[in-house]
Amino acid sequence: MAKKEKDERFRKFGTVSFTGTTRVNDFIDHLEQGRVTGTRCESCNRAFFPPRADCCDCRTSKMAWFDVQGAGRLLTYSTLAFGPRGFEADLPYTIALVDFTDFKIFGRIAGDLSEETLSIGMELRVKANALGDGRFNYVFDKE
Amino acid sequence: MTDVAIIGAGQSPFVRAFPGSVRELAFQGFSDAIGHAGITAAQIDASVVCSAPEYDLQRSPAGVFAEYLGLNPGPTFYVETLCSSGSTGLKLAYSLIRSGLHDMVAVIGFQKMSEISSAETQERMGRGADIQWESPFGTMMPAYYAMYARAHMKAYGTTPQDLAAIRVKAATYGQLNERAVYRKAVAPEMFTDPDNRMSGSVASPLRVGDCCANADGSSCIIVASAEKARALCDKPVWIRGIGAASAPVNLAGRDLFTGLAVARQAASQAYDMAGMRPEDIDVAEVHDCFTIAEMMAYEDLGFAEPGGGRELINTGQTYLDGRIPVNVDGGLLSKGHPIGATGGSQIRTIVLQLRGEAGDIQVPDAAVGLVHNIGGVGLYGNVTILAR
Repeated sequence: MAKKEKDERFRKFGTVSFTGTTRVNDFIDHLEQGRVTGTRCESCNRAFFPPRADCCDCRTSKMAWFDVQGAGRLLTYSTLAFGPRGFEADLPYTIALVDFTDFKIFGRIAGDLSEETLSIGMELRVKANALGDGRFNYVFDKE
Repeated sequence: MTDVAIIGAGQSPFVRAFPGSVRELAFQGFSDAIGHAGITAAQIDASVVCSAPEYDLQRSPAGVFAEYLGLNPGPTFYVETLCSSGSTGLKLAYSLIRSGLHDMVAVIGFQKMSEISSAETQERMGRGADIQWESPFGTMMPAYYAMYARAHMKAYGTTPQDLAAIRVKAATYGQLNERAVYRKAVAPEMFTDPDNRMSGSVASPLRVGDCCANADGSSCIIVASAEKARALCDKPVWIRGIGAASAPVNLAGRDLFTGLAVARQAASQAYDMAGMRPEDIDVAEVHDCFTIAEMMAYEDLGFAEPGGGRELINTGQTYLDGRIPVNVDGGLLSKGHPIGATGGSQIRTIVLQLRGEAGDIQVPDAAVGLVHNIGGVGLYGNVTILAR
């Protein structure tokens, strides 16, 4: 009898993923489709990013996916001169936090946006990004 | 319910690479503390061991240490809140004694970061954040604190040289601390000289000089009931206020980026419990893993208004002869940061201050001291108020 295959789609998230599986693995499929998605509790309507499988307020796991749309506001950022093991080839890169009002998103600034062009408060959008080798993340960009 | 006191405090020298095993490292801090308390291991009825386990090759070190330190058959257990493990251990010891379960507890903190390679250390540190949603972007501790620094600079006009001033202060006192790993002088010009190592960027806007170093070390605090403390100790130091809080691990779950919410919440609890205000504190130890962390601590603890931290450091108010001396043992920036040992080392400095045993760094007539110990990037926060 064949072993049931493990769903480890989340291994494809980012330059190095530290998580094999999660109940929000569909997030990876959405990235592959060019979408950045969060979840919304079907009971209280609260929006979650990063997406959660469970709402701790309602004690329910009935969640619906939604697409992150529109522009957010850059809250803060930092450009790394050193990276952890596995990230050396990405250096230098900029991590950032962007406020979309109902939720905030932590991620990477698009590689072609230099630190000098960034300022706190500027508008940024989030977009799905293919890293090659079947890996995906999302980045913040001006458009 | 009994009051609770600290009757002894010790630490090992903090060093780059301890030439011995973890149980031997723990012995150094423990031996220093029981010598300071003037007791024997047989008088201790329980122990709490504090470290960040991902650096330890030894699993469940509490059991190993209990034998090596002569604490069998007393109960022992392990606590972890990353870099604030030591003061979390103190809170547990306080609870064990206050509840009447025990009347003498040793809080033993340690970390031998050199057990694993520097690259492995950095990777594990990064994993003290949200490994599912943040680490895949290549995060590191300095970069998270750098994001707070950037927000603080934008909100209040804080400059990189304001942060450098905190490192200069740390080095002023680190040179006096024989148990510190970094004992050289640091001048502000080092941060503006592109050829100086201190000025090199780590994660903008933080530079090499803004960051503390890894170290190996151990610490130990002996905690006792009022009855035991009065019987055994001429100069007990009383635990008057204990506050602790947690925050969302992912920065996306937070609302404050110019300070640490956990520090503000823990401070408020500790001040309320002690019936004190920031003005009542004579000397403080704050968690300066990065210069920005000390700047935010000034404001989160109420030593300055939000945005007023830069004036506090630039007018020398946190030096030994200032209004509120902070980290006059050199801080983590000078001592180094052996994660599980750090909180105990901070507590020890305040205990020595309140007993009038701090030597060259003694704050005259210090009666009330505060310890601010943070785990992760404001994931955990502990604030403890001690008084003689």
